[in-house]
Amino acid sequence: MPLSLSPSTSPPAASNLEATPKGPDKASPIIHLSAVGKRFGNHQVLADINLSVHHSEVVCLIGPSGSGKSTLLRSMAFLEEYDEGEIHIEGRLLGWEIDDRGRRKHAGRTRLNQARRNLGIVFQQFNLWPHMTALGNVTEALVRVRGIKRNEAEKRAMEVLDKVGLAEKAKEYPARLSGGQQQRVAIARALAMEPKIMLFDEPTSALDPELVGEVLAVMKQLALEGMTMVVVTHEMGFAAQVADTVVFLDQGSIVTRGTPSEVFRDTQHPRLRQFLQNYLDRNAFWHTTTEQEN
Amino acid sequence: MTFDLSIITANADAIWNAFLVTIYTWLAGSVLGLIAGLLIAALMLFGGRPLQRLLRVFIELVRGTPFLVILFLVYYGGPSFGLRLGAITAGVVCIAGYSSVYFAEIFRSGFAAVPRGQLEAGECLGLGRLQLMWRVQLPQMLVLILPSIINMLTILCKETAVLSIITVPELTAVLTGIGTRTFTFIETLLVLCIAYLLLIEITSRAGRWLERRVGTYLQR
Repeated sequence: MPLSLSPSTSPPAASNLEATPKGPDKASPIIHLSAVGKRFGNHQVLADINLSVHHSEVVCLIGPSGSGKSTLLRSMAFLEEYDEGEIHIEGRLLGWEIDDRGRRKHAGRTRLNQARRNLGIVFQQFNLWPHMTALGNVTEALVRVRGIKRNEAEKRAMEVLDKVGLAEKAKEYPARLSGGQQQRVAIARALAMEPKIMLFDEPTSALDPELVGEVLAVMKQLALEGMTMVVVTHEMGFAAQVADTVVFLDQGSIVTRGTPSEVFRDTQHPRLRQFLQNYLDRNAFWHTTTEQEN
Repeated sequence: MTFDLSIITANADAIWNAFLVTIYTWLAGSVLGLIAGLLIAALMLFGGRPLQRLLRVFIELVRGTPFLVILFLVYYGGPSFGLRLGAITAGVVCIAGYSSVYFAEIFRSGFAAVPRGQLEAGECLGLGRLQLMWRVQLPQMLVLILPSIINMLTILCKETAVLSIITVPELTAVLTGIGTRTFTFIETLLVLCIAYLLLIEITSRAGRWLERRVGTYLQR
């Protein structure tokens, strides 16, 4: 029996994206990782990661906990300092500078911000600022970083909040919003800066199961609109439907990668099969009840 | 026992002025102490290791010295180092310096209480360290540290009484002066106690009011 998590009818939009990546510079990758590695002391958390993400591509990183997928994603925003290899965002080396003698040193703040400028990141824990309203959260960086006048920034923020379906919650503080709503505000906050790339670090892992759908719907919409996305997720259904490329990590290395059907249906890789089997086992009650009925 | 408040009314002007001196030394010293404390806490957070060590030594030294001794050092010892301050100025400087290290520790705990993720989110949006401190950390930690700050302010209010030793004409100096001159200890000490009680009651009420106001966002 082939392992299958993808729905029987694959959505046409996702396969369209897969076929034709849009964007002005489709040939060169927008994110390029070469031989990226990181260690915490003796523990190698990432080893020899090579990965290219192209315009409008959706890449899902999957793997067991501790496999390094979150560390990898955080490295792409230099929230974790990778200490081997290079990460280029739109051709700019991220986080490091190479001096005359070929040694690497930390890039200055302005240079780091420049490389990060087109990145938006969404965290597992939302990381909203609780003392600001939803609108305040979205407006803050527009005013302080982009230097847009407050009333204009608020107009733009309202548009983005409307896009994630939360225009009427603009004046609420995060504490009064549900987890799903908070995460959508966090997505709006990142989107307001008009990034070219969105990084999602387990965006639905801290949510009640009932609230996962609304966040995934927003992310799906983004993917359909051609946003370049890298998503660390445990939502295999989402990965199967939306991803162009699924990357499976284990113990800090990329074990295998491919299209959703290659990874979820056709893989012969034993570690990946074992990992996916765990997801199937979780729904086992479903099979047993149907068997009993028969 | 005689109880004659006429001695108070007869010296009302002098007492009122002393009351103002108490308020001035207390508030001026506290505000400077708060600013210095915030500066120390921020430098300890963002400054390099050597600076961190230096500030830690300063904190331990000041914390390990009685306020009275600090006062003597600055007011009587100061001139030997070319530091000549009037009594009131010396008082303000001492309260500021003395309180700065306590405020610094309060601020430090406040900085630590704001989750790191909120700063990461801001960093990725391009906000700078100072912007994050001012817009994200300070407003939130204020809610957490306000009770400790108010507590420290009430302590400092009463510490101003010690300034009487270096001839600052504040409440304690003036009222005990009147008391010893006219042998009306009960009346003067009663007024003295009421005056401090009043100041501290106002402070804690203002504190509670502020706590409710800055904490509104926490309400569900």
